[in-house]
Amino acid sequence: MADDNLRILPAAHLQRLLDTLCVRGYRTVAPTARDGAVVWETIRSVADLPIGWRDRQEPGCYRLEQTGAQEIFGIVHGPQSLKPFVFAPREPLLQIERSKDGFTARSTVPPSEKVAVIGTRACDLAGLVIQDRIFLKETYQDSYYAARREGLFVVAVNCTRALATCFCSSMDTGPRAHNSFDLALTEVDDQLLVEAGSIAGQEVLSDLFLPPAPESLVAEAAKRIDACARSQVRRLERSRLPSALYDAHAHPRWDTVAGRCLACTNCTMVCPTCFCHAVEETPDLSQQQTTHVRLWDSCFTQEHGYIHGKNIRPTIKDRYRMWLTHKLASWIDQFGISGCVGCGRCITWCPVGIDLTEELPALLTPSEQQSVINRQQEASGG
Amino acid sequence: MVNPYLIHPATIVEKIRESDDINTYRLQLVDEQVRARFRFAAGQFNMVYLFGVGEVAISIVSDPDEPAFLDHTIRIVGRVTKGIAELKSGDVLGIRGPFGQGWPLDEARGRPVVIVTGGLGCAPVVGAIESIFRRRTHYGPVKILHGVKTPHDLLYRERFDAWRHVPDTEVLLTSDQPDKAWHHHVGVVTELFEQVSIDPATSIVLMCGPEIMMRLGVPILMRRGIPATAIYVSLERHMECGIGLCGHCQMGPYFLCKDGPVMRYDRVAQWLGRVGV
Amino acid sequence: MAVFKFASCDGCQLSILNLEEDLLALGQALDIVYFPEASSAMRPGPYDIALVEGSITTAEDARRILTVRQQTKRLITIGACATAGGIQALRNWADVESFKQVVYPSPEFIQSLSTSTPISEHVHVDFELWGCPIDKTQLLRVLTDLVSGVQLRLPGDSVCLECKRRGNVCVLVAKGLPCLGPVTRTGCGAICPSMGRDCYGCFGPTEGGRKGPGFPPNTDSLAVRFHDDLQLIPIEVLRRFRGINGYADAFKQEGEKWERKK
Repeated sequence: MADDNLRILPAAHLQRLLDTLCVRGYRTVAPTARDGAVVWETIRSVADLPIGWRDRQEPGCYRLEQTGAQEIFGIVHGPQSLKPFVFAPREPLLQIERSKDGFTARSTVPPSEKVAVIGTRACDLAGLVIQDRIFLKETYQDSYYAARREGLFVVAVNCTRALATCFCSSMDTGPRAHNSFDLALTEVDDQLLVEAGSIAGQEVLSDLFLPPAPESLVAEAAKRIDACARSQVRRLERSRLPSALYDAHAHPRWDTVAGRCLACTNCTMVCPTCFCHAVEETPDLSQQQTTHVRLWDSCFTQEHGYIHGKNIRPTIKDRYRMWLTHKLASWIDQFGISGCVGCGRCITWCPVGIDLTEELPALLTPSEQQSVINRQQEASGG
Repeated sequence: MVNPYLIHPATIVEKIRESDDINTYRLQLVDEQVRARFRFAAGQFNMVYLFGVGEVAISIVSDPDEPAFLDHTIRIVGRVTKGIAELKSGDVLGIRGPFGQGWPLDEARGRPVVIVTGGLGCAPVVGAIESIFRRRTHYGPVKILHGVKTPHDLLYRERFDAWRHVPDTEVLLTSDQPDKAWHHHVGVVTELFEQVSIDPATSIVLMCGPEIMMRLGVPILMRRGIPATAIYVSLERHMECGIGLCGHCQMGPYFLCKDGPVMRYDRVAQWLGRVGV
Repeated sequence: MAVFKFASCDGCQLSILNLEEDLLALGQALDIVYFPEASSAMRPGPYDIALVEGSITTAEDARRILTVRQQTKRLITIGACATAGGIQALRNWADVESFKQVVYPSPEFIQSLSTSTPISEHVHVDFELWGCPIDKTQLLRVLTDLVSGVQLRLPGDSVCLECKRRGNVCVLVAKGLPCLGPVTRTGCGAICPSMGRDCYGCFGPTEGGRKGPGFPPNTDSLAVRFHDDLQLIPIEVLRRFRGINGYADAFKQEGEKWERKK
């Protein structure tokens, strides 16, 4: 039985998709090779895609390698998730000017722009869904995020190759894009299986006049995605979260990892879900106008733990513990879902290669020292 | 869609000097429509903005029944509050708000109310006290226990004096480091618990002040039979957005700006006093 | 406002002149009364604000900075030399006498101290601007806050924070370059990594320097990474930290650790 949403597109004809999106008014963005990795760039031609390139990722290490093959989506991902498209690293919130009333504040919500992001992975889509929950909740909608989100068209690519740092399978976020995409592609040799996941996606699909996908292609795509899931070497055991991590607050492993951690913020910057931000004022010299700007912040910065006159998280240990406990434990209490999507970026882009899939099991293994502390606490009734 | 980041100008109608480094600013929103819409609950806070410098979260200390004027008691601690201290009446600040969960005044109806505060920590609960006394008959006996380090730190002296004369109300003050003129109790606020009778089954406790006061004080109250679910505390963390988005005010699973600042004790007991939380 | 120069290359003073159109606004907001680099009209003190460039390398300068301090309400150091001793602080680990003998035909005329030290080792400093040279946006921010009477503050975060906000690819992770960004203060706008180069720490250590073990900057962990994984030999690790801000506390200690391993 042919699924109407499943079509076949020869890989050599991918340009047709780009052109169709272009005609529909989208700026087409895709991964392009730059500075030894891939970054999102506006492209017009399939030739701009990193054809034949693959990424090798390990803790603290990222390398691109040319295979010579015609593979279009051989690179899994670069340092950027979808986050910068919706939650901008630097977002002016208000323009404020002196006036007769003292001042006048004008909100600077950006106009919604139609952007099609081609090559989004399932983990990043999961990250987007999590950020939607944070920024678009009922009580307070973030107008800036909403405006950017509104114009976003996601062309996902299902993964058929896992990196050494991937663990989406154990987080139930991939390697197949589950929902919230507009189109999803699976690259099977020289063919692309195309699936529509939204009305906007169906419209684009119908513009393309593609034949239904043969069942053999659908089956082969499924087989490769499953194989990709099974090939993942890292995993995160979540069954005892969040409580087990809360209970590990006094574990000596925090000291060990703090000895390595640079508190440099890289893990939080590359994380598809991290949402902390700070607000900065930039007045002009004459104090007549100022811009109220939102910037990506991180729980690893000094200011993050600041509370009138003192810092509640002065040490690296405090900050790493805050980050991991939030990401893997309190996030679940806050949003009903883990803050980790298993993309592995925090492992790769950590300059010293700290691996949370290694830290978590160590933290959940009771240590002799921890048992002593727990016994003391029980004895003192604490 | 209302933009929760939008800052509204508010004129300083009156600046009241409370001590060397603490002032109360009575603010009035400049825009009449914004002013007419503005409603708040006791215990909620505003983000107060100083042009070109930034915002700080400050609880609204005035009576929620008079939302045309919004009182904010501000101690000089950082760059924004230092700048605000330079302003005088007639100058303009900015306001965003109100944000957060206030005191459970509905739940307190018909019950004895015990209010325990320390230092400037009394500020967030002042509006609640005024609100209770405005409807005095709706509440049981009120006991206000307030501790300060030195008599110099005692703010709102006239209010404390006035509250003494409200029917069925006790006001007990204490100071750690009293001067010669101090004629109240000497010691920490938890010692005042011994001086009042509290019905553990029906009382509700509102607590506000340094975290150490809550950590030491609550267990004493609980030993007297007051359940953790009848104790409410107002907590502080760095707040930048006021709407649970910027991530700074987390305490365990809570965003204190939106889930708090007033929290029922049993929900936060596990987190209070944890290093780095 | 006055601008003073000690042992330095004048680059930070040039950063003031490079403010271009903002310089006009600055001239309106502030009365610049002493700035020999820019104008021969020099008025004597007292001054509300003194920007001090350069480190102390001569006995004469050590006396002169005392006079500057006495005449000044708020003394602000500008740049790596004034704030941490600068590149010339490399002499603090070397024999200055032998340099004199080698470089100068008549070394007896050279009157120089054996050390280059930051201004803060001599007088109280109200605020420090890092960088080699300083960043003009940071300078403007500080001057704007001074004019409006706001407490001065600049972020002490790592270069990485700004580097990632800019969407750069990490040169350490993707190219294996020994980048100091993770332990270096932000402020430059991550210029070097944006150009594909590794940061060499010209804004000094993060968070105002070392408060002790367990606090940022964790230079120790980064140095081990350079040595163990990026295959730098100890002298190379030493040279990473002993550069423009080699005499800044955290970098100084890390450098000395690797000197012992040489």
